[in-house]
Amino acid sequence: MNSLLNVILTTDFAFSVLRVTTPILFAALGALISNRAGIINIGMEGIMLVSALAGVIVSAYTQSAWVGLLGAVLSGTLIAGILAFFTLKFKTHIILGGVAINMFASGGTVFILYLLSGDKGSSTSLASKVLPSIEIPLLRDIPVLGPILSGHHILTYFSILSVLVVYYLLNRTPLGLRIRSVGENPHAAQSVGVSVVRIQYSALLLSGFFASLGGAYMSMGYLSLFTRDMIAGRGWIAIAAESMGRSTTVGTALTSLLFGAADALSNALQVLKIPAELIATLPYVATVIGLIIYAVSETRKKNRKLKTTAK
Amino acid sequence: MANALLEMRGITKVYPNGVVANKDVEFSLREGEIHAIAGENGAGKSTLMKIMFGMESPSEGELYIRGEQVKLQSPQDAIDRGIGMVHQHFMLVPSFTVAENMVLGMEPRKGVGFNVGEAVRLTEATARKYNLAVNAKAKVEDLSVGMKQKVEILKALVRGAKILILDEPTAVLTPQETEELFRELQQLKEQGHTIVFISHKLKEVKAICDRITIMRGGRSEGVFETREVTEQEISRLMVGRDVVLKYDKSTIPHGKPVLTVDRLNVSDSQGKALLSEISFSVREGQIVGIAGVEGNGQTQLIEALTGGLRGVTGSGSVRVKGEEIRELDILDIRNLGVSYIPEDRMRQGSAGEASIADNLISTRYRQKDMNKGPFLHGSKIAALASALVEEFKVRCSGPQQPIGMLSGGNMQKVVVARECSTNPQLLIAEQPTRGVDIGAAQFIHQKLLELRSGNCATLLVSADLNEILELSDSLLVMYEGQIVAYFDHPSAVSEEELGLYMLGINRQDKEQTGRAVNHV
Repeated sequence: MNSLLNVILTTDFAFSVLRVTTPILFAALGALISNRAGIINIGMEGIMLVSALAGVIVSAYTQSAWVGLLGAVLSGTLIAGILAFFTLKFKTHIILGGVAINMFASGGTVFILYLLSGDKGSSTSLASKVLPSIEIPLLRDIPVLGPILSGHHILTYFSILSVLVVYYLLNRTPLGLRIRSVGENPHAAQSVGVSVVRIQYSALLLSGFFASLGGAYMSMGYLSLFTRDMIAGRGWIAIAAESMGRSTTVGTALTSLLFGAADALSNALQVLKIPAELIATLPYVATVIGLIIYAVSETRKKNRKLKTTAK
Repeated sequence: MANALLEMRGITKVYPNGVVANKDVEFSLREGEIHAIAGENGAGKSTLMKIMFGMESPSEGELYIRGEQVKLQSPQDAIDRGIGMVHQHFMLVPSFTVAENMVLGMEPRKGVGFNVGEAVRLTEATARKYNLAVNAKAKVEDLSVGMKQKVEILKALVRGAKILILDEPTAVLTPQETEELFRELQQLKEQGHTIVFISHKLKEVKAICDRITIMRGGRSEGVFETREVTEQEISRLMVGRDVVLKYDKSTIPHGKPVLTVDRLNVSDSQGKALLSEISFSVREGQIVGIAGVEGNGQTQLIEALTGGLRGVTGSGSVRVKGEEIRELDILDIRNLGVSYIPEDRMRQGSAGEASIADNLISTRYRQKDMNKGPFLHGSKIAALASALVEEFKVRCSGPQQPIGMLSGGNMQKVVVARECSTNPQLLIAEQPTRGVDIGAAQFIHQKLLELRSGNCATLLVSADLNEILELSDSLLVMYEGQIVAYFDHPSAVSEEELGLYMLGINRQDKEQTGRAVNHV
């Protein structure tokens, strides 16, 4: 037990929580935007995977990490656009579309990886670039806080900034107002001339944008290369975080942090004599428990509502 | 009609499924009037209004605004031409504030952001201008129904509506809220707005409307100055039957009461009374009909009888063969021998994707003889299904055909077959022949009469006067959640007389309606 506390109560651990939260947080914010527009994007995993690979490839060929990031974001957003096109134009079921994206990404990335590097497992032979980490001048000298908050990857800071951006977008802009109205009562939105389809397009593209930032972080920050299926369920955890955060920006950010902490814990505990496989299940166990708590409270709320509105 | 603000000429609307909702309808609106469109459910009011608001385009006919012919392609077109609509089901976003709902789609901006302050200011200014007090910062989900309606009216006004269409605006309001709405409408009229008021409540039409267009069966029965026609005349024009059906009904003695409803009261979550002091009984071998304009408590009454009101506050008792059923679940109620033909055969009465056979056994698949060990007994089910399909003359390719592919009449026959073939002791039939062709309707009527001969007690709720007057042994009329009339020889009642009760112009005294309990 003592050794457990020794692991957790360190600035290193707190630092790593923020580090592993980053991709979850990006994807969760993406899931949040599309969910608020009433359209559930379960293709996060696939979008992240594609953008992670695109970041590596583009940065390797251009030798610029920033152009690589741009490539990652464009390809991830493009995948979301394809999903939107099939869902909104051809009325494919969004869940089927999302499953297709995920499966396509899982196989397709390996195929392209093999094509370009001759390796089916990882991109070690590609000289890809990594985005920088940033030391924050004054902050880093503060004891305890400094080592936790300073020295992170640039996208980690950007993910925190994104929480504010998404909050502002959803709550303080005309687009946000329309996104929320479309998600809550599409008839109301339509009756005042808001195009439901156009808003849902925007929301899906935005969800792809944020998910691909998470993907880029995975291969250009968290690791410095692409490996097969490297997202490892983070897209799904993000969807759970969004759900458990009750589709609010602040709630989503906090639950992402919670899942990030579970992830970090599983990393940290690997130094202890607990079977690694068991520890590796921790974030997923946290997800399941979180979803159960969420489902139970939602069901109760719904029942209460039904009772009061039943005529 | 040089001074017509809006005019519709020869409007005919045929829906793709062949239903003729409007037939050669003429409608003309004068500037500054309150004009009622009155008619029973299914008379074509809603379709006419949808055409006026650009939600549907007419199959034939023209629409003129200020003498200029226009084609409205979408509600946005109508809004741009100064037509606003207050829907019966409010088009509001519950979690938004009043101000946010007001400006949705035309949000004031400040830089890239949404200017909340300006939205609030605009809302308050509009509310002041039209003297409709609302709290701009309140969340819509916390508002009363009357308040929500005000927000809807303001929403239309802020978008520049000069013509306001209100679709049954009082259906959801309490009497106090209704009075307030009428005052507001009068004010709007004085400020030069023109109002189209869709309703089947004659008192209200008489109270605030200048003119009235009466619709029946998709046609216009004419337009009248409201003060020149009596409620009786309006009622006569609104209610009527087109074809008179006759059935040979044997007189059979009525047995013991199967269903007894005693002083049933139910209110909604806002405290508005939906059913008050309902008492009646249905006996063996008796068909009791309930007539009334839709929305006068029939739905709630049926819910109370079929397990749909569990856990809802109310008082009184509902007993089937002496057993109180208000807190029983649906299966327990069915096990008492109750069958139910629901009004909505698409959503409630059947599972569209499932086969005819599966739909037929959906109420009895638990029975021993339908099962073989843990599995369903395929051959027995097939035999039963084939027998029922034949007996009820369901036109289909076979019992394995998905029920959703059948025509409305045949689908309804399957529902009726299921409900009538389990030897019910009480059958609750809700609009059993709505929207089915005359042949299927007559077949279903015959089946109901056969059950009656077999001593089944039947409660028949219907808006179809033919059906209700010809089939019922006793007839109740519901108005505003109460029983307002009782007749023991329905076939001798004229539709004019019935109309007066259905529309709340007349009502019988307690002694007369009390006869519904013992039928003496």
